[in-house]
Amino acid sequence: MYEEARETDPKKYIAGAAGDWELVVGLEVHAQISSKSKLFSGASAEYGGEPNDHVSIVDAAMPGMLPVINEFCVRQAVKTGLGLKAQINLRSVFDRKNYFYPDLPQGYQISQFKDPIVGPGTVLLDMKDGARVEIGIERLHMEQDAGKSIHDQHPSKTYVDLNRSGVALMEIVSLPDIRSSEEARAYVTKLRSILRYLGTCDGNMEEGSMRADVNVSVRRPGDPFGTRCEIKNVNSIRYVGQAIEYEARRQIDILEEGGSIDQETRLFDPKSGKTRAMRSKEEAHDYRYFPDPDLLPLEFTREWVDEIAAELPELPDEKRARLMSDYGLSAYDAGVLVADQASSAYFEKVATGRNAKLAVNWVMGDLSASANEKNVGLDQVGISPDQLGGLIDLIEDKTISGKIAKDVFEILLAEGGDPRTIVEDKGLKQVTDTGAIEAAVDEVIAANPDKVAEVREKPRMAGWFVGQVMKATGGKANPKAVNDILKAKLGL
Amino acid sequence: MSKLSDLTIAGMRDGLAGKSFSATELAESSITAIEAARDLNAFVTEAPEKALEMARTSDARIAKGEAGPLEGIPLGIKDLYCTEGTLTTASSHILDGFVPGYESTVTANLWGDGAVMLGKLACDEFAMGSSNETSYYGNVINPWRNRGSNKPLVPGGSSGGSSAAVAARLCPGATATDTGGSIRQPAAFTGTVGIKPTYGRCSRWGIAAFASSLDQAGPITRTVRDAAIMLRSMAGHDPKDSTSVDIALPDFEAALTGDIRGMKIGIPKEYRMDGMKAEIETLWTQGIGWLKDAGAEIIDISLPHTKYALPAYYIVANAEASSNLARYDGVKYGLREQGVDITELYEKTRAAGFGAEVKRRILMGTYVLSAGYYDAYYLRAQKVRTLIKRDFEQVFETIDTILTPSTPTAAFAAGEKTDPIDMYLNDIFTVTVNMSGLPAISIPAGLSSEGTPLGLQLIGKAFDEETLFRVGGVLEEAAGFDAAPENWWA
Repeated sequence: MYEEARETDPKKYIAGAAGDWELVVGLEVHAQISSKSKLFSGASAEYGGEPNDHVSIVDAAMPGMLPVINEFCVRQAVKTGLGLKAQINLRSVFDRKNYFYPDLPQGYQISQFKDPIVGPGTVLLDMKDGARVEIGIERLHMEQDAGKSIHDQHPSKTYVDLNRSGVALMEIVSLPDIRSSEEARAYVTKLRSILRYLGTCDGNMEEGSMRADVNVSVRRPGDPFGTRCEIKNVNSIRYVGQAIEYEARRQIDILEEGGSIDQETRLFDPKSGKTRAMRSKEEAHDYRYFPDPDLLPLEFTREWVDEIAAELPELPDEKRARLMSDYGLSAYDAGVLVADQASSAYFEKVATGRNAKLAVNWVMGDLSASANEKNVGLDQVGISPDQLGGLIDLIEDKTISGKIAKDVFEILLAEGGDPRTIVEDKGLKQVTDTGAIEAAVDEVIAANPDKVAEVREKPRMAGWFVGQVMKATGGKANPKAVNDILKAKLGL
Repeated sequence: MSKLSDLTIAGMRDGLAGKSFSATELAESSITAIEAARDLNAFVTEAPEKALEMARTSDARIAKGEAGPLEGIPLGIKDLYCTEGTLTTASSHILDGFVPGYESTVTANLWGDGAVMLGKLACDEFAMGSSNETSYYGNVINPWRNRGSNKPLVPGGSSGGSSAAVAARLCPGATATDTGGSIRQPAAFTGTVGIKPTYGRCSRWGIAAFASSLDQAGPITRTVRDAAIMLRSMAGHDPKDSTSVDIALPDFEAALTGDIRGMKIGIPKEYRMDGMKAEIETLWTQGIGWLKDAGAEIIDISLPHTKYALPAYYIVANAEASSNLARYDGVKYGLREQGVDITELYEKTRAAGFGAEVKRRILMGTYVLSAGYYDAYYLRAQKVRTLIKRDFEQVFETIDTILTPSTPTAAFAAGEKTDPIDMYLNDIFTVTVNMSGLPAISIPAGLSSEGTPLGLQLIGKAFDEETLFRVGGVLEEAAGFDAAPENWWA
């Protein structure tokens, strides 16, 4: 029996017409294993290609064809299990899931039912409010993908493309530990990030490399789980959130009107933002699972697993901890950076050998803002880590002020170039010559006797003088020097 | 001298080596015999042109001194084996017009060793049957007849085309497959030798599957030596079949030493069934006597779970079959009956494409795997299977091989058995071996009161086919079985 891992959190309740509701979500994520060839045949697993280009006689289920396990895919699944801090089962079994469909040439899907390759594990989520949420993984198993039925090419016929038939998938099943659509999105995002770090799935949801079946139910806080509906094949993180929001509201409305939830399979329509019934529990297939007699149980040694473990890259959670301790990043900033490998790599290139605080501010500040504006990754904004690093160097060696740096950043963004050359060419160098600053200060004091009187009453007014001096020097004066000289001259 | 096609594989091999005749002459002789024997209905597809072309290639290789172990030997191939460029039907309507673009591993091994293909032999549809009455292409007729009768007898099944063709001297050897007795029972019914090797000895790749965990390829020949020669060429590890075993392939022919002194032969008391025909009992006793005379030690053994084997077998085999035959759906190849939608296309295609016995087994198999019945049937049958295996493991700690009758009766008349259960009982002595994966051979050992052949079965340890050939050779010699069916068909 599943014991609930989560403490109930009133902040996450959904308000109903009469009292609060708690949302309960579990996800089954299908992730295509990154592999050159399919799970049980030598055919190419590459995305795209002309229909039926990547089909072997095994994939087409010709008489007498037999599956042979692709060892690389097994390795990828084990690697993923290790990345999910999960139990690796040294013996697992492939089963046949029997049903008829034209894009399923064998009439059964080879999957793992009773004995999956990976057992319980965990995924940690770092939420915006700083909370850390642990989502339990029930299992990960390997299975074949089906082909694709194409219904819109002929008035009465369906065409079948078997390119995907037999492609290796990992089905990663979470426990019903998720309590909000935000957590669900964070979960899929984190899972995708882990898979990408591991190189076991490219996570390209628009190409179908990752898709989720979302199990949603609602209940009154403290009650046992409600009846769930499964929303099939949701293919973007945003849609996962939308589907859950819609479905929760739908279920709450039914329950509040005194109705009951039918356990059923539903589909999410991104156009309308709604879910609709696909088939009921009564219509559910009897898959008649049984061990595939064409395949021996999948067995490997602890040593082999250890070998794979030794090759694991640094994963998001570890990298996050390191960024926090090495660069003093906040938990949230570190979480944002590690979500994308390219971003954290970018950051590390900028921060290495420089003032970490400045690097964080610039990467998480102006650079992130530009990236968000352009809707691209940090590494695709158009400013290289060397350029941004060069800019930070200019701030650090006091060649320019932080304010001028922002101008230079805009120039880099618009025109590119080397920050130091830009500063020199445009005469943006900071004035540290106290003589020149003193002259400017004297000029401002002389021109504004009334303000001088005011500032003696209200020392906070000093800022106005700083502004005037900066204006007079075209922003190039060293702000600290301006401050010091002003204070001395005004006797503050 | 009689016709070239009457020779055994060993005889043909010697003749070819001694240049007494050519591979082309051999093929021609077999083609003539086949054409004259169409009344037997043994072949679904005759391939005379292919045979002659392959024979000419063999002659060229012989001339160059590059002859393979089976060079120039003409063979028949059970129509369950996919053969590149040659119609392959599994004797089912549903594979209408199916011409594979690939060659099964076992037949590829045979051609690699120089063998010549004469054509494709009929069988029970998808190897489901014990009498060759379920083939879409009609019954195969046993060349043997009851004394003084013209009533057609069944050649056994499912490899009935193979057994009939070999018994009628249309080919000296044929490939067959054995899921529950489909090599040994037809061999016993036709006075031929049939061996089901250890599960994993021959690749299943390219053979239409009936029940994957039970199916094994093997030869049907007229002599033990020929079976040894042919199996050696058929067998071997195949990376394309995950259940094929990577183990040394012995020279089976070398095992025929004729010396079984001191070997321990087990006689299982559970195979002495109630109501067993006296002639079967007599034959068995005779066999025991022959082996004892040859210096073997006879030991009474017990295989206590034998009685559960048959029902458990029909659960496991049909469960796997129900899934294995799902691919024949009218979508990709073979027969397609149009429907208004995909469901109707499936229903009409499968209704028209499969015969009654295949449908019965698909239904039974689907039933035993269904939610709520899986534990009671499939899971329990697998437990029985484990117990049967254990029975054998225990007795094989002290004995070398087991002697039993091959079948409870001699060949029966076509149409005689109408109750499926009655038909299934034919497999009573043979299914235990499939359930445990062990090798077993059927040797012609005598004639029934009706003058038709009876066989004795030897069961061996896993991957110890050599003992079966050695003891089988002795049994064959002692039995001195030299009867042949009277040629009524040519």
